[in-house]
Amino acid sequence: MGRSELKKEGESLLRVEDLSKSFGGVLAVDGVSFELPSGQLLGIIGPNGSGKTTLVNLITGFIKPDRGRVIYSGNDITGWPPYKIVTLGIARTFQMVKPFYQLPAYKNLIIPLCSPRVKAMAGGKYGERDAVALDLLEEVGFERDSYVSYKVASSLPQGYLKRLELAKAIALRPDLIILDELFSGLSLAEVASIVPIIEKLRFQGKTMIMIEHRLKELFRIADRVMVLNYGQKIAEGSAKEVMESEEVKNAYLGSEE
Amino acid sequence: MEKRKERIDRGIKARSEDIFALSSYREMLYLLVPRAIPVVGLLFLAPFLSPYWREIFISTSVYALLAISWDLLISAGLVSLGQSLFYGIGSYVAGSLNHYYSLPPILTIPIATVAGGIICTIVLLPVLRLRGIYFAMVTLVVPLMFSRLVEATRILGGTEGLTGLTPFPSPWVSLYVIEIAVLVTLFGFRRLMGSDWGLIVKGINDNDRSVMSAGLNIHWYKAQVVFLGASVGCFAGAFGTHLDMFAGMPGFALDYSIMPIAAAVVGGAGSFAGPLLGAFILVPLSEILRSLGALRIVFYGMFLVIFVVGLPEGIFRFLQRKYHQFERWVEVS
Ligand SMILES: Nc1ncnc2c1ncn2[C@@H]1O[C@H](COP(=O)(O)OP(=O)(O)OP(=O)(O)O)[C@@H](O)[C@H]1O
Ligand SMILES: [Mg+2]
Repeated sequence: MGRSELKKEGESLLRVEDLSKSFGGVLAVDGVSFELPSGQLLGIIGPNGSGKTTLVNLITGFIKPDRGRVIYSGNDITGWPPYKIVTLGIARTFQMVKPFYQLPAYKNLIIPLCSPRVKAMAGGKYGERDAVALDLLEEVGFERDSYVSYKVASSLPQGYLKRLELAKAIALRPDLIILDELFSGLSLAEVASIVPIIEKLRFQGKTMIMIEHRLKELFRIADRVMVLNYGQKIAEGSAKEVMESEEVKNAYLGSEE
Repeated sequence: MEKRKERIDRGIKARSEDIFALSSYREMLYLLVPRAIPVVGLLFLAPFLSPYWREIFISTSVYALLAISWDLLISAGLVSLGQSLFYGIGSYVAGSLNHYYSLPPILTIPIATVAGGIICTIVLLPVLRLRGIYFAMVTLVVPLMFSRLVEATRILGGTEGLTGLTPFPSPWVSLYVIEIAVLVTLFGFRRLMGSDWGLIVKGINDNDRSVMSAGLNIHWYKAQVVFLGASVGCFAGAFGTHLDMFAGMPGFALDYSIMPIAAAVVGGAGSFAGPLLGAFILVPLSEILRSLGALRIVFYGMFLVIFVVGLPEGIFRFLQRKYHQFERWVEVS
């Protein structure tokens, strides 16, 4: 399978084909296919346990699929280890935040800044990493020059940890950013303060996937929405189309009474 | 009236954190003294010891190297119960090069350090994916397997081992070789852990999935950690082999696995200086207790428990805290 052949099949940055994964008897992701054109923001929604996080893990290489393919920017990345996938330009956040708890917030960003991708992109001049880290923290809403940036991650409140999680992904200078429930556990005000950050990323031309339970906020920024239920894609389209689908109504009514 | 202990950083510490902030001899000394202690202790104390204690000083240093190596592995979250693997491999590589090819110690020791490090890394490579207790179990079993292999196949001298190996030219040479090695390892590893590489290694211990999602190959970093740790252990083994003029199955003995862990725990893991300090407390202590005969283990065990319960942070961290902070009692209203 030649690279060029894959590339000319369309302008999609990411193409997922018939992706499947089961854990024991549970079909966590069941034959999901979709395409994501460059620059778009795709929202993925679905009831608890519908396979959203598993789908992210399959795309980013944290789990190997039983079946199906993931094609990113013309490369078949199915089964690649996570670090290689990052090097191609896909960054993700974790639903359960995973900071380096023992390190100060800004030091958390030094680790992604050490990745081969960032080193290659930044070229030779790369002395001021602490400054870059502090800039990134400011970008995601840490107050400039506040002591919070220097506090150990284990002492930060959830709102800051989520921002830090986002900063760790942005630090990789990715083309595709996958955010797994970035808004969960945040107050309305906190969500409102993060939305402009995401809009700014889109303005910079980043392609994004956002998994969310906070539908209202998601629908405002998503170009397209995909709905998962029991591992299967049950709907895809604009926010309005999706919410009018009978199947989606049933899925949500069925699981969230 | 209730009272509470308050700990305050000495002003000098905050200011001298950045080396450029040094402005007086006093601050320079403040930084220099803790670093000078191991140098002076290791290089200049030994001449004042009796030959008997000098020997113990040397074997303590061998254990100290194994303990520092253990500390490097633990900083990446790798729990090693088999430091004797490193000691044994280093010992056999140096021993065979000397025995079969008549290479002198000046060649066998460096070769054993590097080649042994590579061998141990390759042996442990398949289990680097394992975490916590699973990795630990394997490291416990592998040295036992090696020693049984030697016994069963009668290779490398079998149960007799390789005897009559070339000794060091003089006790002073052996003394300074090992002490310099300890110092280089101590300061080298401390430096390394302060670099980006060290940050990534600590990150792997803290949260390996996060390091993976940062675009770094954690297995590659773990392999490097194992190689460095194993090389230091192999150096200790190669050195010990020429010291004893013997390479054999005892190189894989449990002693070389247990003592380094005890030293690291007593001294305080995560600083390299702690395990060094721990070794210099525990090994001589065990020597002093030798006169107690059968009761030795009882007293030794009691000491261990007292240290671990009384100072869970380890002796090194305790001393470090005392050095950098002063304490006072304040009233709580
Ligand atoms: N590592 C695993 N081992 C076994 N089962 C798993 C594993 N990961 C996920 N599952 C199962 O797969 C299904 C999908 O889980 P997943 O976490 O992908 O759902 P989700 O849509 O992200 O849910 P949520 O909205 O709660 O985050 C669930 O039934 C879950 O129990
Ligand atoms: Mg999830």
